[in-house]
Amino acid sequence: MEKQYKAIGEEAWKNNAEKINAELFIFTYGSLVVQLVKDYENYSAVNKQLDKMGYNIGVRMVDDMMARTSLERCTGFSATAEVIAKVGFKLFLNVIPTVANWSADAKEFSLILDDNPLNDFCELPPKAVADGLRYSNVLCGVIRGALEMMQMQTEVEYVRDVLCGDDVSEIRVKLLRMLDEEVPASDD
Amino acid sequence: MEQVYVKLELIGFRIGRRLAERFAPPNRRLTDTLDIVKFVCKDIWMVMFNRQIDNLKTNHRGIYVLQDNKFKWFLRMSGNNGGAAAARRAQPYIWLPCGIIRGVLDSFGVNTVVIAETLGLPQCTFQIKVVNDA
Repeated sequence: MEKQYKAIGEEAWKNNAEKINAELFIFTYGSLVVQLVKDYENYSAVNKQLDKMGYNIGVRMVDDMMARTSLERCTGFSATAEVIAKVGFKLFLNVIPTVANWSADAKEFSLILDDNPLNDFCELPPKAVADGLRYSNVLCGVIRGALEMMQMQTEVEYVRDVLCGDDVSEIRVKLLRMLDEEVPASDD
Repeated sequence: MEQVYVKLELIGFRIGRRLAERFAPPNRRLTDTLDIVKFVCKDIWMVMFNRQIDNLKTNHRGIYVLQDNKFKWFLRMSGNNGGAAAARRAQPYIWLPCGIIRGVLDSFGVNTVVIAETLGLPQCTFQIKVVNDA
């Protein structure tokens, strides 16, 4: 099963994904964060904004992922985690985070990113680290948005970040509940 | 809207500064403004959109007009009531590249104003005006 997701991700990335220059992407993201920091002058507000942007991206991105792959309905939350790592991250960022640290009730897991492309060329000023800026917080929003479209309400949090001195980056995903089919709320 | 413009343009400007630093040709110096504009048309456009600018015009007095007939971000756009309205709504999407162009030129010490307009999607025209205040 795990092998299969990996193959689907690989295949989709190779054949169906349009690629852009990685550096352009990284610079663009960096400039965006700089602008947010200037506008909000408060790092937790920036984190919140990044998460919100990510949410709006994720809501659309999951559709795109489905269109580019031939995935079937996930059998459980653990399969969902595998798909996020091996298909989602692979397709859009060309990295595969490790799924780890499952909680006992199998409703929480971590994505461990050895290499986060967004971090390239980036160094945070000490004040940003001290005040808890989560530079790649957009990823949390993306995951949350994407899962919400799949009827899963989640809480996603950046718990460790290489840019803040940790040895790896870790994103914690927690399943809160399954949503009923309903008309999606308008995005903001 | 005004504010959105200022912000997107500024974000673009920062990207442009970095792109210029990263992709500037290592073995020749760009001194002439026309060379720098050509660098934008060829190399930078290649990095951003995988294609080059279709047409470059200049009056040799500080105005350069770059025309892209298939601007990538416009390719999949359409509007239900014809070209003009759709073009107007696509306007915010060209503010960022405007900023990028200004940023690249600024890195080479050329002070400019960049504006863009589209007559019909997916065509897009950028006008660069060199400002001499130094």
